[in-house]
Amino acid sequence: MAEHYDVLVVGAGPAGLAAADAAAGHCARVGLLDAQATLGGQVWRRDVRAEAPRMARHAFHAVESRTNIARFTQTQIVAATDNELLVEQAAQAHTLRYDKLVLACGARELLLPFPGWTLPGVFGAGGAQALVKQGWPIAGKRVVVAGSGPLLLAVAATLRKHGASVAAICEQASAKQLAAFAGALWRWPQKAAQAIALRSALAGVPYHAGAFVRAAHGDTQLRAVEVQIGKNRRRIDCDHLAVGYGLVPNVELAQLLGCALDHDGRHPCVEVDEDQRTSLANVYAAGEVCGIGGRDSARIEGAIAGHAAVGATQAAQALRSAQRHARRFSALLETRFALDARIRELATDDTIICRCEDVTWSALNDFSDARAAKLQTRCGMGACQGRICGTALAELGRFPRGGPRPPIFPAWLATLAEADFASTPN
Amino acid sequence: MNTTAKLVRLHVDGVAVEAPVGASVAAAIAQVTLRCGRRPGGGARAPLCGMGVCFECRVRIDGIDHQRACMTIVREGMRVETAMEPAHG
Amino acid sequence: MNTFDLIVVGAGIVGAACADLAAAEGLRVAIVEPGPVGGGATAASMGHLVVMDDDPAELALSRHSQQMWEAYAQLPEAEFSRCGTLWVARDEREYAGITAKIARLAQAGVVAEAVDANALYELEPELVPGLAGGMLVAAEAVVYPPRVAEFLVKRATTRNTQLHLGRRVHTLSDDGVVLDDGTRLSGPVLVATGCALPELLPMLPLRARKGHLVITDRYPAFVRHQLLELGYADSAHGSAPTSVAFNVQPRPTGQVLIGSSREFDSSRDVSMTTVRRMLERAFAFLPRLRDLQALRIWTGLRPTTPDGHPYLGAVPGLRDVWVAAGHEGLGITTALASAHLVIDQLLGRRSAIDPAPYLPSRVRA
Repeated sequence: MAEHYDVLVVGAGPAGLAAADAAAGHCARVGLLDAQATLGGQVWRRDVRAEAPRMARHAFHAVESRTNIARFTQTQIVAATDNELLVEQAAQAHTLRYDKLVLACGARELLLPFPGWTLPGVFGAGGAQALVKQGWPIAGKRVVVAGSGPLLLAVAATLRKHGASVAAICEQASAKQLAAFAGALWRWPQKAAQAIALRSALAGVPYHAGAFVRAAHGDTQLRAVEVQIGKNRRRIDCDHLAVGYGLVPNVELAQLLGCALDHDGRHPCVEVDEDQRTSLANVYAAGEVCGIGGRDSARIEGAIAGHAAVGATQAAQALRSAQRHARRFSALLETRFALDARIRELATDDTIICRCEDVTWSALNDFSDARAAKLQTRCGMGACQGRICGTALAELGRFPRGGPRPPIFPAWLATLAEADFASTPN
Repeated sequence: MNTTAKLVRLHVDGVAVEAPVGASVAAAIAQVTLRCGRRPGGGARAPLCGMGVCFECRVRIDGIDHQRACMTIVREGMRVETAMEPAHG
Repeated sequence: MNTFDLIVVGAGIVGAACADLAAAEGLRVAIVEPGPVGGGATAASMGHLVVMDDDPAELALSRHSQQMWEAYAQLPEAEFSRCGTLWVARDEREYAGITAKIARLAQAGVVAEAVDANALYELEPELVPGLAGGMLVAAEAVVYPPRVAEFLVKRATTRNTQLHLGRRVHTLSDDGVVLDDGTRLSGPVLVATGCALPELLPMLPLRARKGHLVITDRYPAFVRHQLLELGYADSAHGSAPTSVAFNVQPRPTGQVLIGSSREFDSSRDVSMTTVRRMLERAFAFLPRLRDLQALRIWTGLRPTTPDGHPYLGAVPGLRDVWVAAGHEGLGITTALASAHLVIDQLLGRRSAIDPAPYLPSRVRA
């Protein structure tokens, strides 16, 4: 039986929580969906061994206390029409009907290939933080944190808090880029304070600017990394590497629905107007999926979307200048942490590019056409549906990503046969 | 840090482990092994993205294959197998 | 030089096989393909090499071609996997019909054996209980067609074949073709464009018949043979607007490939309604399929002629224009023999099988 909601919100991170709260505040019947077991998305992922930050707790409480918000956790979106979602919750399929949809799908980490990146023990940077928050036994382990962006400091701090020894933080941005970033932070005092607090929490941890990981070494698992620091190469023994080069919007659901995307950057994001409305009249989008901008713009945009989705235009309008201010931070991030070109050239012939199907860099050499490469090598045909390799290849300027078909995540076959979905002609 | 968290008991590759309530299966597996299966070329894999998009952490849980360990929360009595050997010969 | 002994339009499995054979015969060949090679129905196909016995012409062509596929059994690009075909009988009536099928196949030189219920579940433990038995054609195989198509095109180019990749034929001309960039190629033309046939040869009726496929994650040994219900031919040869039939394949990767569906539609969009019907049909034979993880759904368009047989031969009313298209769901199996039949006619040779049922001139009659 299909359930109907006035507003369905996809994603329960800062943007989705704000959207659900805003819409529900106008008495709409709201459904809030997330694939994780608990609310919070990535940035507010619950730490099983620590308390959630106050802002997160307030956001959770706001949503949990509203009886007109139905919460669907451990719920994966599989397919969509212009008024239905096919979802899977704990191996059970459901069709959810909606009048309005708010896409708060967030972002995933940009993972780029380098020799040894498939060794057990190599994590994304956000990946390491996620795993550790959910109980990964990191105490006593030696970890190198590398990649790009303020996220690295937050990751290193989390690791340290859980008993890891952070051997080094390697930020690829140059000292000059970092100084310019720090210099501009006065406009966002909270972020500046955050940065200072993080730096002090990481006192004693070697921090290298203009540094990146060239290779990971090990036998059955990671044993050491080779880093480039300025003009020098150095080998650092470690148990784990937490490496991430920024974030990429999760636009797959928006694309499946037919929302217009902005293709200006290397990775598309969803185009929205001032009310967070996409090119589809009944679909809104907020937060990272509209472009990487951080937690604050996500919360504000989520609220705008939630108000706009139920027609509360004044409430939405009132938040616009705050949204613009928050979004200026994302522009700052983009310029100050732009990637060193050498990081896109680390893969050698033997480096695996498609991790699901074991397709190496050299196997892709013969092809100038993305589809031909896929057909001949199976690159992108694995379980991740190209989310890792396809995104990396787009970042490396090699192939653009193709459009998605359902299922947008692997799904149980039983789910694909769910009786109510797409059963009535539009 | 909360050190009085309740613990969940489960088995990973036949080994009994205890994990905090709310922990992921990936975290429980890490107490026993770093490996979550092999790829066509034979290479071992382990969790990478921690957020359910890379599918490197697929394991068998209570007899059902290809569940993402990082997206699954531990349950009392769960049986996890990191190598998904075929059921039939 | 833009003059050729043969201009092959389309480099799907059929066009690639034609170009490869023509080049091997010493002809100077040009191939025109918008790309990628094997990127149309060839890419969407199941790659099952199967002899179909319900129709004499289909039996002759599929058997003749399957024998030619044996030469590719060791070719790495083919990913040739001799899993065998196991036709499944739901009840005693279907099981009784197997005797006649075995006889027809035997006449064509294909070894097939009846499998009773006990033996059926030995072979495939995951099948739903209560089936009557089946028919095993143990020597049949599956291949991966896009890589074969690429191999054939590459082999042709080592023998004086010119590949125009990324180009499309705009029109036929008096003495050849005009490409979309204005290039003129002259020589006899062989049109192997599958569902796009009506663009160049509108006098040959052809419709697109969409099929869906779903592929799972890796479950090695979940099924061991290509499994089909005996009613499959009713779906393939029938004219119902939409039909589904149980058709499941173990890929060499360990993934399970699930089909089949048919509906007259020229759009490639996935129809979840059809997918649902197709999967329900599959679940009826393999209940535990429900618990497998599906990774992708895609569609393919089968080029379908009114009588279900391909067009292989000279195009009536045109000079030096040939066609090899319209293979419905047997394009992979029959690609190699199709190439022989057409090239034989081009060179004025007798074919090993009677070409009459596939002649395009039958359209006039």
